[in-house]
Amino acid sequence: MSATDDSTGGSPESRLLEVEDLHVEFRTREATANVLNGVGYHVDAGETLAVLGESGSGKSVTAQTVMGILDTPPGFVTKGAIRYRGEELLSATEDRRRGLRGENMAMIFQDALSALNPVYTVGFQIAEQFRFRRGMSRKDAMAKAGEMLDMVKIPNAKQRVKEFPHQFSGGMRQRAMIAMSLALDPDLLIADEPTTALDVTVQAQIMDLLDELRRERGMGLILITHDLGVVAEVADRIAVMYAGRVVEESDAESLYKRPAHPYTEGLMESIPRLDQKGEHLASIKGLPPNLANIPEGCPFHPRCHRATDECRRKVPELLELRPGRYSACHFAEELISSE
Amino acid sequence: MSEPILQVRDLVKHFPVQQGIVFKKTIGHVRAVDGVSFDLNRGETLGIVGESGCGKSTLAQVLMRLEQPTSGSALFEGVDMFGKKSASQLRQLRRDMQIVLQDPYTSLNPRKTVGDIVGEPFEIHPEVAPKGDRQRRVQELLDIVGLNPEHVRRYPHQFSGGQRQRIGIARALALKPKVIVCDEPVSALDVSIQAQVMNLLGDLQSEFGLSYIFIAHDLGVVRHLSDRVGVMYLGKMVENGTEDQIYEHPQHPYTQALLSSVPVPDPSVRDRREAIRLTGDVPSPANPPSGCRFRTRCWKAQDICAEQEPELAVRRDGGRIDLELAEGHPSACHFAERHDHVVS
Repeated sequence: MSATDDSTGGSPESRLLEVEDLHVEFRTREATANVLNGVGYHVDAGETLAVLGESGSGKSVTAQTVMGILDTPPGFVTKGAIRYRGEELLSATEDRRRGLRGENMAMIFQDALSALNPVYTVGFQIAEQFRFRRGMSRKDAMAKAGEMLDMVKIPNAKQRVKEFPHQFSGGMRQRAMIAMSLALDPDLLIADEPTTALDVTVQAQIMDLLDELRRERGMGLILITHDLGVVAEVADRIAVMYAGRVVEESDAESLYKRPAHPYTEGLMESIPRLDQKGEHLASIKGLPPNLANIPEGCPFHPRCHRATDECRRKVPELLELRPGRYSACHFAEELISSE
Repeated sequence: MSEPILQVRDLVKHFPVQQGIVFKKTIGHVRAVDGVSFDLNRGETLGIVGESGCGKSTLAQVLMRLEQPTSGSALFEGVDMFGKKSASQLRQLRRDMQIVLQDPYTSLNPRKTVGDIVGEPFEIHPEVAPKGDRQRRVQELLDIVGLNPEHVRRYPHQFSGGQRQRIGIARALALKPKVIVCDEPVSALDVSIQAQVMNLLGDLQSEFGLSYIFIAHDLGVVRHLSDRVGVMYLGKMVENGTEDQIYEHPQHPYTQALLSSVPVPDPSVRDRREAIRLTGDVPSPANPPSGCRFRTRCWKAQDICAEQEPELAVRRDGGRIDLELAEGHPSACHFAERHDHVVS
């Protein structure tokens, strides 16, 4: 049983990406950390899936495995499947995967400054893809790069292509990276904390841009973030991750209205709200688990106020409670029907 | 209301920009803080918000006397903070004001045990805890901030981010200060841990009667902890008032845009909220715009904004200064206009 069943709607043709029961471990000399322990989610064309989780929940590692850019060693995929339009990726050749990257799926990162090469102009770095993948001449490719910068609303794009990353502001670098990722017109974009390093006013601009581009191009967007506010503004569906698993999956509106997992519930209560002054924030006690030594049973039980003996013994499965709503908690039914 | 514990007037900090290797020549100034005034009352929290480069951290550094101000004054309990001081006067001042820094990974010495880190203030101020008493005091402090007192011999790397921030808070509390400057104390932490640390700061304030200057870029965090809030933009305070005045009835266009940009964690208000989107980025503080510094990104800007700098004063709708206005709060805009319902 996993969240990737076809019962969630979406025809097989529109199903862009399917991750199923993915297990990844990081082997170091001292210990083996179980970073992913059966992650499953899917994205359809034209929709935004938000992957929500705190540091160490495995949200970025899942994305890196999908893109095929996981560092091995230390990371090893031990089990699971990743399908892009039905094609199994984990068993595909490296050539095939390289062919897919950029062309079909692309990724943008949190820190645009370190993701761009400081010794080449921004235009050159975007144009590279047109030259090597499309066989364009230097000049044509550069012109194309200018168009891409224009598309992401960088003012003066024609001049700006000749500038270096350090001459761009933080927001513009992130725009340049979006332009680069969309150069070959992929239909799946993974954005890994794209606005975490930016100020709120610039963050709002970038999120608007991403949303607009997704709509125009009918792309599937996986938005990886820890910010519940950003998620609420753009996500169609949400997968909440904890200790290398998806613990809840749902459409955005129902999840915020009534979370079906105590971890999600705790997260919602711990954010200080802008529209009200609270007295004491409800916080989740304790710390996220050490991935080399995940507690037995439900990995969340040491921090959960509902935990019983069953939780300490048995790992709850991710079950469908209502159409499109999944939760991995022994008390999910109680949570979802409580008022 | 009692007398303010800290009165800051026209505080300015400029950093010279130099050129040349042997013969350095000053070619300009970064105007990090450019004339900031505020009062901090006893037992209250003053939140300072703003985007990167607005000068909020420089303000913290100057208030801690880690940087000398270019000009301006600050009175701490009526005593001038920046004037010439004997070593013992300065030591007393430092005892009364402490700071909690943003990054719990770099603000703790990795080669010292937690006991040494939290106990170090007692080396400089032995009058607070006599030598034989120190171990017990340190363990007490760890207990106050919610850490296990048995862990005094551990090193910082053995703690998580949230626990390290607690160590930083214990160190700040060691000398029983009156004012704590918190410079982005929770922005490096995950949400669930952030809530724990914010609750701790709130509890400590009521227990020890502390006054906080709480600097952060997260407007939700600031609202949660602050009694009054000051909004900064490019080295200037553009608006300040009570938490309710700033969040429910902001007057300055920048405050309104800032509040409108913060995503609200509720999908049901998604398309109902008013979206004020600023274009472009914050200009460089080395070369700020003439007149009102916000005018390059402001949708209300007119000619007067480039010519005349608006002062921070209580204004009626439309921007006219009216110092007698009963429920007003100061804002620095020629066209200030009260705007309700930005956040919800």
